[in-house]
Amino acid sequence: MHMLKKIRVLLAVLFWTGIMLLLLDASGVLHGWLGWMARIQFLPAVLALNAAVIAGLILLTLLFGRIYCSVICPLGVFQDAVAHVSVARKRRKKDRKPYNWSPERKWLRYGVWVLFVAALVAGVQVFVALLAPYSAYGRMVQNFLQPIVLWGGNLVETLFERAGKYVLYPRDVWLRSLPTFLIAAATLVAVVILAWRNGRTWCNTLCPVGTTLGFFSRLALFRPFIDTEKCKGCRVCEHNCKAACIDIDSKKIDHSRCVDCFNCLGACKSDAIHYRFAYGRKARTKDAATEGQAAGTACASGSGEGRRAFLAGTALALGSATLGAQGKKLDGGYAAILDKEIPERDMPITPFGSKSIKDFYAHCTACQLCVAACPNGVLRPSTDLRRLMQPEMSYERGYCRPECVRCSEVCPTGAILKITKEEKTQYRVGLARVNRDLCIVETQGTSCGNCARKCPVGAIKMVKVNPDDPESLRRPTVIEERCIGCGACENLCPARPVSAITVNGRSSHLTEESHG
Amino acid sequence: MDRRQFLKITGAGSALALAGCAPGKSAPETGDGKVVLRTNPRNGDRTSLLGYGCMRWPMIKDADGKDIIDQEAVNEMVDYAMAHGINYFDTSPAYLQGQSERAAGIALSRYPRDSYYLATKLSNFGDTSPEASKRMYAESFRDLQTDYFDYYLFHAIGRGGVEAFNQRYVDNGMLPFLQEEKKAGRIRNLGFSFHGNREAFDSFMKWHDEGTLVWDFVMIEMNYVDWTHADPKRNTNADYLYTELEKRGLPVMVMEPLLGGRLANVPEAVATRMKEREPDISPAAWAFRFVGSHPGVQVILSGMSTMDPIIENCKTFSNFQPMSEEELAFMEEMAVLMKEYPMVNCTDCKYCMPCPWGIDIPGIFRHYNEAITDGTFAASREQKDYRRLKRAYLVSYDRAIPTLRQADHCISCGECLSHCPQSIPIPRELQRINRYIEKLKQDTL
Repeated sequence: MHMLKKIRVLLAVLFWTGIMLLLLDASGVLHGWLGWMARIQFLPAVLALNAAVIAGLILLTLLFGRIYCSVICPLGVFQDAVAHVSVARKRRKKDRKPYNWSPERKWLRYGVWVLFVAALVAGVQVFVALLAPYSAYGRMVQNFLQPIVLWGGNLVETLFERAGKYVLYPRDVWLRSLPTFLIAAATLVAVVILAWRNGRTWCNTLCPVGTTLGFFSRLALFRPFIDTEKCKGCRVCEHNCKAACIDIDSKKIDHSRCVDCFNCLGACKSDAIHYRFAYGRKARTKDAATEGQAAGTACASGSGEGRRAFLAGTALALGSATLGAQGKKLDGGYAAILDKEIPERDMPITPFGSKSIKDFYAHCTACQLCVAACPNGVLRPSTDLRRLMQPEMSYERGYCRPECVRCSEVCPTGAILKITKEEKTQYRVGLARVNRDLCIVETQGTSCGNCARKCPVGAIKMVKVNPDDPESLRRPTVIEERCIGCGACENLCPARPVSAITVNGRSSHLTEESHG
Repeated sequence: MDRRQFLKITGAGSALALAGCAPGKSAPETGDGKVVLRTNPRNGDRTSLLGYGCMRWPMIKDADGKDIIDQEAVNEMVDYAMAHGINYFDTSPAYLQGQSERAAGIALSRYPRDSYYLATKLSNFGDTSPEASKRMYAESFRDLQTDYFDYYLFHAIGRGGVEAFNQRYVDNGMLPFLQEEKKAGRIRNLGFSFHGNREAFDSFMKWHDEGTLVWDFVMIEMNYVDWTHADPKRNTNADYLYTELEKRGLPVMVMEPLLGGRLANVPEAVATRMKEREPDISPAAWAFRFVGSHPGVQVILSGMSTMDPIIENCKTFSNFQPMSEEELAFMEEMAVLMKEYPMVNCTDCKYCMPCPWGIDIPGIFRHYNEAITDGTFAASREQKDYRRLKRAYLVSYDRAIPTLRQADHCISCGECLSHCPQSIPIPRELQRINRYIEKLKQDTL
């Protein structure tokens, strides 16, 4: 194996492992250590207006080409793994040509890119989240792998418990949003099919980050070049190029699509391909033109089918907008407890640390990192079409605990700013409202006040139902200025299935910072 | 008794067995393997000093997911008990979601009726009407498959004073009815089980002295902690109750000798003192011996839910050694030590259940008490092991109690208050525990 390829594979495995740990760590311990791995992802950095990261990534690409796609992007590494298995299988079947040169499908590639940029500018985040590679990958991990990890954790803890040890919190595993689940499933199917058949088709035809980096990589200081004198035209490199960017007929490499996997370097028997400085004397004499061929309009069967499957899946997902809530098993010895229903909310609730609803949804790439990190069952992808897959909060399973700031620690895009638990009460993400028709003080004539007792900021005042009667029952009222919208009242309200006190999102979260 | 406790006792049991083989100080001898009997001074009944309380049998799920008593386990345990001389069985129509009597009936009807003494109660806590009360009485015969009760009790009287007693037994005519039943031979002994303050108890004793209402026996809560350290506002010290009963020659039946297991699984400081004195005696055996050392005690009930405590208790009672004065004083010392721990005085009797809002009241108390007993209670952030203890408390809490049944969901409606024989201010205690949990979670302890 070529030394450069070894380094690439080693780095890719390290980065990919780090991202997986970040996405799957249910304890929150690793968030502080590995959070940067999400922040250096391209699109999150763009949305966070993180100039340093963007400049760094562009510089990296200008120096070495699309290393990013082979090392930093978890979806890219995942596709390499799929393709690796596929190629091994083809080789066993004596297929020595797993890959072939294919011309750049310019119309599709730049068409998607233009649409993507337009969507980004216009704030159509659904489309952005659909194609952003890191988001797509996070979604798949959160939907398919996290449940397995959590179940495993619960199982392990059962064993610990037998030994009298208590280490892992038991975690609910639940379907947070059916549409998002289906979209993640469709993405997974599409990516796997494309990678299985043709390696990096996704990255070179659909991925907007890949296209963007391609603008820079064609100018990179270091690039692989074919030595036309040494090349015997055996096409071994072409058949090993998962980006399908080596054209032996013209002895050129399309550097806008090359992801610097270095597979070709070791494959060449004639020492005819080198990764080298592009602007030296050598470069000028040997191969000045490196641009790919004109775009072929014919769709290769692989990418076409994959795309159709993907789009069909998406349409199916968009059509279904129901949320799967699961019932809880109950002991016979206890009073039955009805599951809570999600109340109507005029405005969505977005996490503490988000400046406003608008700002949150404008920055979020729907990578699901915060959803995976939320230990209280609060965050889940929205099913609302306007912000499909982007998270929102709801309190039927738990509430936003005062000591927890985990989502703010992991958000790579700046949609949720990093806050401390002390800063948390400076944000007012929602406002509680009492529905007197449901409050048990009024419906059952019992005393209660659980909402007031459990409110972490003292925003609920119990007042007499009948002010003239000194013995009167007391009912809850909300002191609007104090309420931060954490949902403790909604979650702990005994009225079921719909709470008598529910929270509505506030549009702006940091209007008066003095509140605490 | 839950599994943790069970494991502890099993562990203690096997340690005991091992130590028994070692030379040096000998373990207590097991005699002929049968528990000692005591003669009832009023009627000559030869009852076993260790009685079987049928309130804590294991429950399993049936096909529909409902809790049912594990009859197979019950039969096995009753067989062992009978084989080792336990001949007094105490149940109630209210126990174990109303299934205890039936299970006891199934297990005991396999033996001749005169080979055991049967005690049950009129547990008319809800509907006190004569019809409902008589129906409950009649159903006890059916479920226990018998045509007479050896000992029949007015269940848990004293709380609410004479007034509550009148409401449950006098106003509805049940008292004269039961006295007639006694004359007819269907009840051999009529007594009451007591929870409450001294005033109420004195009234019941006064009636007895005046001859208006003569008792044949009384059941009280008695153990080395309650002996002189009962909550003075709500309960009465057992030494007072016992002395009053002994004075009148009334047989004393004892409940809660282990406080629902809390005296079997004692805080480490207490256990250490006990083990220093007698390395081979378990805390449970100390507690039983304390109660049994009082000659007026007729039967000590133990709600044994698995085989291991039965085996251990049968050993304790088969060669029963009353305590010396000095040992009794030692127990008082242990009681003082016990009182230093802020445990909730819950005996896990489950009378408060089901809570209408779904809270697992005894579960929350048990979990809290166990953390204190096991020494895994995080007391302050300054503590060396704070992080580990905090995590252990919160994780085990989430595992022991489903989220929706935890203390933060208690709305303090007070429905439970009237059911608790220990008069625990349940909502207040739940709020106290919840505040503790909040402090743990928010690191403000």
